[in-house]
Amino acid sequence: MKEIIVVAEHRRGELRDVTWEMLSKGRELAESTGADLAVALLGKGVNSLADALKAKAKRVLLIEDDRLEAFNSETYKKALTQLITERKPFLTLVGHTAMGMDFAPQLAAHLKMPLASDCIGIEAKGETFSLTRTLYGGKVNAEVSFLKKGSPMITVRPGAFTVIEKDPLQGEVVPIASPLTDAGLARRFIQYVEAAIAEVDITQADILVSVGRGIKDAENIPLVKDLADAVGGVLSCSRPVVDKKWLPKGCQVGTSGKTVKPKVYIAIGISGAFQHVAGMKGAGTVIAINKDPKAPIFNVAQYGIVADLFKILPVIKNKIKEMSKKS
Amino acid sequence: MNIIVCIKRVPETAEADILIDKSGKDIDKSGLVFDLNEWDSYAIEEAIRLKEKLGGSVTVLSMGGEETNESLRKCLAMGADDAVRLTDPAFAGSDGYATARVLAEAVRKIPYDLILTGTQAEDDGYAQVGVVMAELLGTPHAALINRIEVQDKKIKAHRELEAGLEEVVEVDLPAVLTVQTGINEPRYVSIMGIRKVAKKEIKTLGASDLNLKAEEVGLSGSDIRVEKVFLPPVGEGAQMLEGKPEEVASKVFDILKDKGGLA
Repeated sequence: MKEIIVVAEHRRGELRDVTWEMLSKGRELAESTGADLAVALLGKGVNSLADALKAKAKRVLLIEDDRLEAFNSETYKKALTQLITERKPFLTLVGHTAMGMDFAPQLAAHLKMPLASDCIGIEAKGETFSLTRTLYGGKVNAEVSFLKKGSPMITVRPGAFTVIEKDPLQGEVVPIASPLTDAGLARRFIQYVEAAIAEVDITQADILVSVGRGIKDAENIPLVKDLADAVGGVLSCSRPVVDKKWLPKGCQVGTSGKTVKPKVYIAIGISGAFQHVAGMKGAGTVIAINKDPKAPIFNVAQYGIVADLFKILPVIKNKIKEMSKKS
Repeated sequence: MNIIVCIKRVPETAEADILIDKSGKDIDKSGLVFDLNEWDSYAIEEAIRLKEKLGGSVTVLSMGGEETNESLRKCLAMGADDAVRLTDPAFAGSDGYATARVLAEAVRKIPYDLILTGTQAEDDGYAQVGVVMAELLGTPHAALINRIEVQDKKIKAHRELEAGLEEVVEVDLPAVLTVQTGINEPRYVSIMGIRKVAKKEIKTLGASDLNLKAEEVGLSGSDIRVEKVFLPPVGEGAQMLEGKPEEVASKVFDILKDKGGLA
């Protein structure tokens, strides 16, 4: 039996979006290769998640164990090593997420499975797969092939595959005995910590004026803040601005920050890394200002301005102040 | 505490005009400026801060040609004690797995308590080298670390998850941690600082020094291979606002009024 296994990702009782995305892509690949689609679910008290997954796969391979309550790369490695060794999947899909990045490279190396990470395209080619990845921060795409033989593992970029609704599969839940013991772990989960609550909630703004690495220095931030004030919007930013401590974490839009859906999102000096785009693609209208005409941000923007932000921002701000007075 | 930091020299492409090279399998790097991979700059800074606090040494490792010395010297100028460059024609074409293989063999030759590396590289973005290295060395690991606290024979670290959430883990030493950007503020390195370490010896090790066979490294030791690269379609959806700055500004005003409810 040829089987494609998707490793379900869940946290604190909820399945994460990348799971549905992998199942949707996995079903397409299963249909085109004559494989069965299965989903591996590891956790404690996750029967309701197993039920939710039944419609999307032919089998839910369920490993229930108290020791799987929170994710730990060591317990995942042990449990999935047993599962993969026994079932010999044709392909294994894992999310390229904080969880997947932590265990997939280790598991693949341990089982000598060839690994292609952070893929945005997967195409079956006979008994192997052709992949699309991005390089150089999304400025270049690459077509990649597997060199090593053997059952491959692919980690999938969140948001890369859209969920296509199809007839439910009415899968069965297959309980699998957990191989975990109480033997000591060299890594232990302690607790979750939430980010500090921000002064201004950027998720509630109608207009977000967002600044990225292009602003170059903390002392230039007021240039963007002035524009945000002029349009009655709220100031937000991309990751590099927070990394450099120019703005607090609560202002950050993106995978590791906030997901925002303003009416208008103005991206200033933001290149458009996928982690950022994941947090703002739900915006009604996106205006991007960047001096690089090939910046990936122009792919998600409805309006683009190729300009030096230091020259154009004061002009836009003054124009808006002037026009607002008139109307 | 003895710390090994694995780094990579990468081209800066964020604001550069990118062209595909003749092979069609990579970009033309001839006109590009290279620097230390951003994630690695946070890893080396974190290692030096731990050394300053706890004593010990920092050894920096990188796989690459002679030009890689530039990035290794930057790390020495920041405060690393030793630098080792792993170089061999056989290493060419190494993917994330093969790179981890080479680094792991080099690590075995150096006493260590902790290995730090960036979570990913700016160029190929595999985000796997540190974690694979941990598997090959048989040490525990944790990825995407944005806070490190050394305790007795173990580390308490924060892993950055999605949506502002963090996970606190405890990891026994020796261990590999992959560092996320923003964990600290990497120190500035002056030209004078680089000059001071200009004569410091950078050791080199090749495949035979590492007891690696040619088929275990480079393209033949890799899981994957790039067949071709291409520029993604850019600006598909974006309507470009052109004209004089004042005209562009007026158009922005109209859009804001129309779509954003600007009063």
